[in-house]
Amino acid sequence: MEFVEFENVSLRYAEDGPNAIENVSLSVKEGEFVSVVGPSGCGKSTLMKLISGLKPPSDGYVYVNGRQVGGPLGIVGMAFQAANLLPWRTTLENVMLPMEIVEPYRSTRKAKRAEYEQMARDQLARVGLAGCEDKFPWELSGGMQQRASICRALIHKPRLLMLDEPFGALDAFTREELWCMLRDLWQQQPFTVILVTHDLREAVFLADTVYVMSKRPGRILVRREIDLPRPRDLEVTYTDAFSAHVQVLRESIGRVRES
Amino acid sequence: MRISSKWAYRLAPWLLTLLVIVVWEAVCRGFDVKPFLFPAPSAVVKTGWELFGPIMEHATHTFMTTLVGFAIAVVVGAVLGMVVGASPITYKALYPMLVGFNSVPKVAFVPVLVVWFGIGTIPAVITAFLISFFPVVVNVATGLATLEPELEDVLRSLGASRLDILFKVGLPRSLPFFFASLKVAITLAFVGSVISETVASNMGIGYLMMGASSSMNMPLVFAGLIVIGAMGVVMYELFALVERRMTRWANRGQHSGL
Ligand SMILES: Nc1ncnc2c1ncn2[C@@H]1O[C@H](COP(=O)(O)OP(=O)(O)OP(=O)(O)O)[C@@H](O)[C@H]1O
Ligand SMILES: [Mg+2]
Repeated sequence: MEFVEFENVSLRYAEDGPNAIENVSLSVKEGEFVSVVGPSGCGKSTLMKLISGLKPPSDGYVYVNGRQVGGPLGIVGMAFQAANLLPWRTTLENVMLPMEIVEPYRSTRKAKRAEYEQMARDQLARVGLAGCEDKFPWELSGGMQQRASICRALIHKPRLLMLDEPFGALDAFTREELWCMLRDLWQQQPFTVILVTHDLREAVFLADTVYVMSKRPGRILVRREIDLPRPRDLEVTYTDAFSAHVQVLRESIGRVRES
Repeated sequence: MRISSKWAYRLAPWLLTLLVIVVWEAVCRGFDVKPFLFPAPSAVVKTGWELFGPIMEHATHTFMTTLVGFAIAVVVGAVLGMVVGASPITYKALYPMLVGFNSVPKVAFVPVLVVWFGIGTIPAVITAFLISFFPVVVNVATGLATLEPELEDVLRSLGASRLDILFKVGLPRSLPFFFASLKVAITLAFVGSVISETVASNMGIGYLMMGASSSMNMPLVFAGLIVIGAMGVVMYELFALVERRMTRWANRGQHSGL
């Protein structure tokens, strides 16, 4: 069994309502970088909730790390579609939140306070938020909040990182910078990533495998392996092979939208 | 905000108070109102000055009584609010009873307290508590019950326990509600203790006013009223200040700099 397994999973938000996602089966290997694309409202965020254990499936089974998901696990780091920073905490305190919950950080956080704080500061600097540590979330722009929330998802070195449109509110340059940051982090010490995005170039540049979902109820329509050699530089986005992948995905999404 | 409008903002309450006093004095003098019916501010001040010692003694007593009742209300209210807000089921179960209890006029309760505890300070403390704990309960419960599921999910996705969620998001989120309720509760606590003192005590401003009115000493009654009002305003402002200090994040963009 792979690291993340979906077996014919469906989810309804209301007891007798329509399915948000329907009959989804997929498997993600440990260390794999997966992207999920699909039209708005097709159930991508729902998929994330199922993997992180925030919602139990209505039908089917979800396995993470060899066990059926019965509730949230500490091995997951999640950046939600909205930044969801706690408004009463400074940016630094927000980033350090997982260390107050997840072991082994939780029990050692008094003793290693300085070290952990430095980790958080380094992480913030990596996404270009140096100097914002003591600001409150409402003093940050939307894109800055998003970046802080990515830091929060990463800080406890999760084995499974889930990012729900994390770069949505960013300009093209910052976005590409953060692509490279994520690529480097992942290359240094591989962990599993599931990235939801609307940006096909982003999906192809970062992922090993891209899944395309149908309109609601969400189903997996296409699974495409991106065989571009690694490590990938931004230059790769100008190659024909890259464009071909993007083109194929674009067509399949076009078909989804027409159907 | 410009300097002049900032000053206007600060002075407005004082100016209005002054205006009310002036009009009040003018009405009493202009229509020659009898002091035993409606004393002018000057008469009230005169009596207040002459009886400054006794008034302060009674006021201190009322103040302490109120504070003790209020303190109990804050502790009980916060705990009860947490219980009520902790889950939908306790919310559903406890709310009707609390609302019913709050609808009973607390004056009607004082005779019962007198039978149980006798005349004196204890019924006043309990009345102050009974009348002021409700807003604390409601606010803390509301703060917990209206917690955004998204913020809860942030914690849940990390595998946090219910207790973690309560301490890391539930309680911080409801702090602004809690502090907002304190300023309401403190003014209600004064109402409670004074009510009880007028009916069943031999100390306190309520008792002083009762005695004064039975001997037609209206200026003293009014002096008592004003002292209570002043204590209420001071405590309200104090807790409003505490509220602004403690929950800056919730008041952003408002006149938080004042
Ligand atoms: N809490 C909820 N209660 C009821 N229905 C919901 C809830 N959350 C999502 N849905 C429904 O489930 C479907 C899938 O929603 P989801 O948020 O997963 O879409 P998405 O693919 O993430 O969309 P987007 O790209 O716009 O973020 C939508 O039709 C939505 O109406
Ligand atoms: Mg979504």
